[in-house]
Amino acid sequence: MSLYIDRAEYPAQPDKNLLEVCLSLGLDLPYFCWHPALGSVGACRQCAVKQFKDENDQRGRLVMACMTPAAEGTRISVDDPEARAFRAQVIEWLMTNHPHDCPVCDEGGECHLQDMTVMTGHTYRRCRAAKRTFRNQYLGPFVNHEMNRCITCYRCVRFYRDYAGGDDLEAQASRNRVYFGRAADGTLESEFSGNLVEVCPTGVFTDATLKQHYTRKWDLQNGPSLCPHCALGCNTLIGERYGEPRRVLNRYHHDINGYFLCDRGRYGYGFMTAPSRLSAPLLRPAADASLHPAAADEALAAAAALLREGAGIIGIGSPRASLEANFALRRLVGPERFFAGVGEAEGRATALILDLMRQLPVPVATLRQAEDSDAALVLGEDVLATAPRLGLALRQSTRHAALAAADRLNLPHWDAAAVQVAGRDQRSPLILATCASTRLDDAASATVHGPSDEIARFAAAVAHALDGSAPEVAGLDEARRQLAQAAAAALSSAQRPLVVAGARGGEALIRAAANIALALHRRGRATRLVWVLPECNSLGLALLAPRPLAEALAAAEAAGAPTAIVLENDLYRRAPHRAIDAFLAKARVAVIDHTRHATVEAAQLVLPAAAFADGSGTLVSSEGRAQRYLRAYPAAGDITDGWRWLGRLGALADGRAPDWQSLDEVTRACAAEFPTLAGIVDAAPSAAFRAGGRKIPRQPPRYSGRTAMRADRQIHEPPPPADPDSALAFSMEGHPGQAPAALLTWYRVPGWNSVQAVNKFQQEVGGELRGGDPGVRLLQADSAAAAGFLAGDAPEPFARRPGEWLLLPHDLIFCSEELSLLAPAVAQRAGPARLLLHPGDLQELGLADGDPAQVEAGGETMHLRVQPDPALAPGTAALPAGLPRLPWLDLPAWGSIRRVRG
Amino acid sequence: MLSPEEIRAIEEEAPRYRDRQALGIEALKIVQRHRGWIPDEALAAVADYLGLPREHLEGVATFYNLLFRKPVGRHIIRLCDSVSCWLTGQETVCRALCGEHGLTMGGTTADGRFTLVTVPCLGACDRGPVMLVDEDLVGPLQPESLGPILGRYE
Amino acid sequence: MERPLTQNIRPDGQTVDIAAYEQAGGYLGLRQAIGSLAPAEVTRIVTDSGLRGRGGAGFPTGSKWSFVPMGDDAPRPKYLVANADEMEPGTFKDRLLMEGDPHQLIEGMAIAAYAIQAEVAYVFVRGEYVLPARRLQQAIAEAEGRGYLGNNILGSGYSLALHVHTSAGRYICGEETALLNALEGRRAIPRAKPPFPQASGLWGQPTVVNNVETLCNLPHILARGADWFKSLSRTGVSGTKIYGASGRVMRPGAWELPMGTSLREILEEHAGGMRGGLRLRGVLPGGASTDFLVEEHLDTPMDFEAVAAAGSRLGTGTMIVLDDRTCPVAMLRNLEHFFAQESCGWCTPCRDGLPWVESILDDIEEGRGRPEDLDLLDLHTHLLGPGKTFCAHAPGAMEPLQSALKYFREDFERHIRDHRCPWRAS
Ligand SMILES: Cc1cc2nc3c(=O)[nH]c(=O)nc-3n(C[C@H](O)[C@H](O)[C@H](O)COP(=O)(O)O)c2cc1C
Ligand code: SF4
Ligand code: FES
Repeated sequence: MSLYIDRAEYPAQPDKNLLEVCLSLGLDLPYFCWHPALGSVGACRQCAVKQFKDENDQRGRLVMACMTPAAEGTRISVDDPEARAFRAQVIEWLMTNHPHDCPVCDEGGECHLQDMTVMTGHTYRRCRAAKRTFRNQYLGPFVNHEMNRCITCYRCVRFYRDYAGGDDLEAQASRNRVYFGRAADGTLESEFSGNLVEVCPTGVFTDATLKQHYTRKWDLQNGPSLCPHCALGCNTLIGERYGEPRRVLNRYHHDINGYFLCDRGRYGYGFMTAPSRLSAPLLRPAADASLHPAAADEALAAAAALLREGAGIIGIGSPRASLEANFALRRLVGPERFFAGVGEAEGRATALILDLMRQLPVPVATLRQAEDSDAALVLGEDVLATAPRLGLALRQSTRHAALAAADRLNLPHWDAAAVQVAGRDQRSPLILATCASTRLDDAASATVHGPSDEIARFAAAVAHALDGSAPEVAGLDEARRQLAQAAAAALSSAQRPLVVAGARGGEALIRAAANIALALHRRGRATRLVWVLPECNSLGLALLAPRPLAEALAAAEAAGAPTAIVLENDLYRRAPHRAIDAFLAKARVAVIDHTRHATVEAAQLVLPAAAFADGSGTLVSSEGRAQRYLRAYPAAGDITDGWRWLGRLGALADGRAPDWQSLDEVTRACAAEFPTLAGIVDAAPSAAFRAGGRKIPRQPPRYSGRTAMRADRQIHEPPPPADPDSALAFSMEGHPGQAPAALLTWYRVPGWNSVQAVNKFQQEVGGELRGGDPGVRLLQADSAAAAGFLAGDAPEPFARRPGEWLLLPHDLIFCSEELSLLAPAVAQRAGPARLLLHPGDLQELGLADGDPAQVEAGGETMHLRVQPDPALAPGTAALPAGLPRLPWLDLPAWGSIRRVRG
Repeated sequence: MLSPEEIRAIEEEAPRYRDRQALGIEALKIVQRHRGWIPDEALAAVADYLGLPREHLEGVATFYNLLFRKPVGRHIIRLCDSVSCWLTGQETVCRALCGEHGLTMGGTTADGRFTLVTVPCLGACDRGPVMLVDEDLVGPLQPESLGPILGRYE
Repeated sequence: MERPLTQNIRPDGQTVDIAAYEQAGGYLGLRQAIGSLAPAEVTRIVTDSGLRGRGGAGFPTGSKWSFVPMGDDAPRPKYLVANADEMEPGTFKDRLLMEGDPHQLIEGMAIAAYAIQAEVAYVFVRGEYVLPARRLQQAIAEAEGRGYLGNNILGSGYSLALHVHTSAGRYICGEETALLNALEGRRAIPRAKPPFPQASGLWGQPTVVNNVETLCNLPHILARGADWFKSLSRTGVSGTKIYGASGRVMRPGAWELPMGTSLREILEEHAGGMRGGLRLRGVLPGGASTDFLVEEHLDTPMDFEAVAAAGSRLGTGTMIVLDDRTCPVAMLRNLEHFFAQESCGWCTPCRDGLPWVESILDDIEEGRGRPEDLDLLDLHTHLLGPGKTFCAHAPGAMEPLQSALKYFREDFERHIRDHRCPWRAS
């Protein structure tokens, strides 16, 4: 099986197209409309090559590589003069209307159109006609619009509408006046709008937050990072200039985020430079004094004093701090005095999930595997809010029905438009069970609504329908039973069914989800599970076996006041305010964090921690994958990683040298103590790693102004700071070749300056990165493990209570996550917080959409405006989760709702 | 808001098509038949009624020649500007319409009586130059015959 | 001479109602097909007749149908679409057929639908064809009343729903795959082939698209047989053809003549030659998207092969005549303006190449042309050719241009040399 490209022989790959094959072989073939995740549509005509019938065919004919299968015996020439001339001509056509405003265009220097123009050799404009001009639209805080630059490749709508399911961006008008935009100015509503910035090959859609502090790609210093805004562990690339993160780009990971991030992940970075960012140690000289900045020595001395005072020290860890920081805290205070900084129910649920990940024979899915599932059941999570990138993957999973239709017609999967037509309206099953309506409902084959107990009952019924030996659910109503039966049928007729559940749903639901997966597994289906966890290191924290937070709070009550070290945590987000107030009133508290919050305000001592752009560490994603994030730039002033502060504190307490000086040392110590964590050492090459004897530069080769950028403070160019924590250098000198995947600091190779260069870093187009994608899977399912169903009665059915409402947590993508909400652009998208009620209940309360209401529950009173959602079960109400302005409640909880005067 | 007549007309078309998406163009045509053109609020109303994204309908409405997204006059003159009519004197007819008769290409007369647009070949090349006034096909046109023809439309 | 397609068409412009149509032998073909032939036999007869598509590309009709999946496990529903978009400049034959004899089209569609076992059929009529659409609707109601359409046609158990869809207007809707997107309520962007509509067409279901004139031939083929049909033509290529002529000829019009009637005969006898004092310079033989033929080609028989051999295409068979007092550059400018306007905007060469071509022609015609402009025009005729664009729209646009550059090059050069159009008073 061979094909021939410019007379050289290569293996044929009938399921690929010629463009994919050429790019995978490292050949430079220009393209626009094709995208590895979006497939081919043959619109731009940029990828033309000459195809020959056989060896004797001298003339050949032009074909579009992206629309031609790489079949056995195919003969093409990329180098053919006619093909080259045609490709140059395509650029010249595109340029007839392109404004050539590269010097003022945000895309300049990382523009696919620039790259392709240079690649084809087109230089001089021959067209004398006037260029067309368009009006730009305001598209919200994330994406900037500059339509004149458009080359009409249709990628934006193909991503936004066809791939991500957005419906407020469309191609309008026709001929050379095609316009991509909304019906009117306004914020792009998709949770994935930011990907337009990378999908668009020119400067039509650019990062509106980067624009606020614009820097050229070649002037950004970069760090390979991880998204801290949910537990999926999407890989990101943070670009920095002048000590500030300036943007986040997708960092390709074959098994996780692929080519796309959610907007929370892309734009949440603003928290690191928000006014809430802590930049210096803070001390409270007396209990009634206010916090004031202190020098590091002073702060450490105060810390030493604090540690010696009181009835010993306890540590409260954090699901948003690195493994290393949590481990360092645990080492400092001792395992018995190390507590989980998470809410009671969340802690229990996470621990249960961790147990299940270890015990079940059913493996956990990567995001790619989730995308490849051909039927999915989502229980109790609005994934678009709690694990947004998973929502995008689930939307892709529904394409399998269309792909099957395409298979029946022998259509290749890359033929995107043909697959779409062949599978018109056909969707693989996606069953969503949530308390309120979600923005993924349009992709669902069925939705089930109710409070989490009801969803747990539904889930248990699905398990029972799949396998009679799974526990039965008493008193299920007929409609629900039928739905459960239909869900069971859909899942069991799939090849690769997926079950999604998470900490939000509670333990009964988690058990029922596990039973569904088990039942499918027993039926021989290649079943997988996704466990949705709330924060970026929820699982990492759980792996360190902390004690529940309630015990820490109780400890303060019982024995005299301890000294508490609170690591990267706002306790007010974890337990009722009164409990935290009481605890903080008694305990002496030192907080180590990057962000100022209510707990900080009650502390005696605050040590400024590095955040994700200026810190380094390891996180364990909800998939159980340990991954490393490495700082993009040196932390300013006294800011340093939590684990480093804690190492120093430990040394102070014992009067000896710190246990570790570098990240590698603390990582190794952690790995040594926990067998499960042994693999974390390999999540990225150590600081000692050298490529060709050199470190990997963080700054691109064209990094400019380094002799002048500090000239306002210092006229000499200081030597680049050392980085003891990684094999990356804060300079442009270093290894000139490709770095190992975990150390990639940019995508750029000669001729390819845009993000499209990623294909040069992959083993094949859309495949794994060269040398393997980064990260280490810590937990593997044991397929031989016993597959007995988990016991436990299904919860009681939900019963309305007159005059009361069961308050349910309602997760919102731009509102519920602590850190991203501090980013100005995200805050702008957060929208007003609303209390959702069934329209019937609204009527009963005499309320209309937007009216103010008062909610009382758990001894707290809240004021919110109401909004109808017909999906909510009557008698329940959904409260925005995680909103700092609302007090913490242990939800679900019963409460009352009253009308109040606006 | 769609009027009851518009909704009735849309639902009359519905059984002929497989889904609401296909009905979109029909609905826009119906709205235009009732209102002369497709104002923003009507487009939004069709979108809401059919459960289609507004952007989708906008993409369609701006693609097709016969859908108007701007107000038009009481009578619409579609002057064929394709080759057979051009060969037989379309340009002089066009000049006369825009000259003596005070119409503007792509515009509406101040009294709201006529909107003049060009249209590709009307399939009446044996009668060129031709134009379609509302639903009436007239041709072969001569500059002198325009006055009486226009006079028929108030 | 037999004129099966137009035999019922009345000179007064009135339509033929169902009674008159039946009286003239109408619906016999359908009775024959549905009453006594299996679908495959209908397809075979049509294949044998040698009927080739009249929509422009000349694809053999029976062969087109043969790619439709048949049998019990074929996907359902299947669709038949009559392409009545007719927006090719210079083309006015389908209007004639629909206005003058709508039942003939309906009968043809019922036969075609039966052959491929389609459940639903649409006539896709361009929006400006108000009268044809109205007459078709009327005729459909009549046909339903007599059991030629609808449920259980003529007691055969076969059912067909036939709908008229009026287009929202766009030349590209005539391209069969763009037409399907238009019917689905989408932007009329063509689709890549394969998959062909016969396998994955309207809403992804098996679909056949045929031109109105093609379909109108079917009742006669079924009623009178393949051999009779073949015998109608002059050169062995089957049937009659509706030819037309427009431009400054004495009697512009359309005539049904044996396939293979010569260009000269059509122009001189039927169209009455050129208008007083004018000489013929060139002819676009089959609509705006065909190559010019010139005087030396006048004896070419107007059939698929002969016109191709002369360097053009039969296209729609409706010719546009260029006379010696009309500027060829200006005519090309008009044509390319049309094609640039009607580009759907999907693929780069067409979307951005055609407006450039138009602007060059503008420049030349307005006296701003430069010698290198001719090279650019030549270049475009090569680079907008078949296979290089996504559909046949832009290649069609290049046909008149490339032949004009061949036959009328001196005219272009003179414009450039003199910085003005010689046909215009200065
Ligand atoms: C740009 C373009 C416009 C077309 N317009 C028409 C048209 O108006 N009517 C038509 O019958 N075919 C038209 N065609 C041809 C159709 O795509 C298709 O080949 C034809 O309808 C098939 O019918 P037939 O096999 O009966 O000829 C057009 C093709 C192209 C590329
Ligand atoms: S050739 Fe023209 S009409 Fe055809 S797909 Fe390309 S842009 Fe559209
Ligand atoms: S990349 Fe192949 S046609 Fe656009």
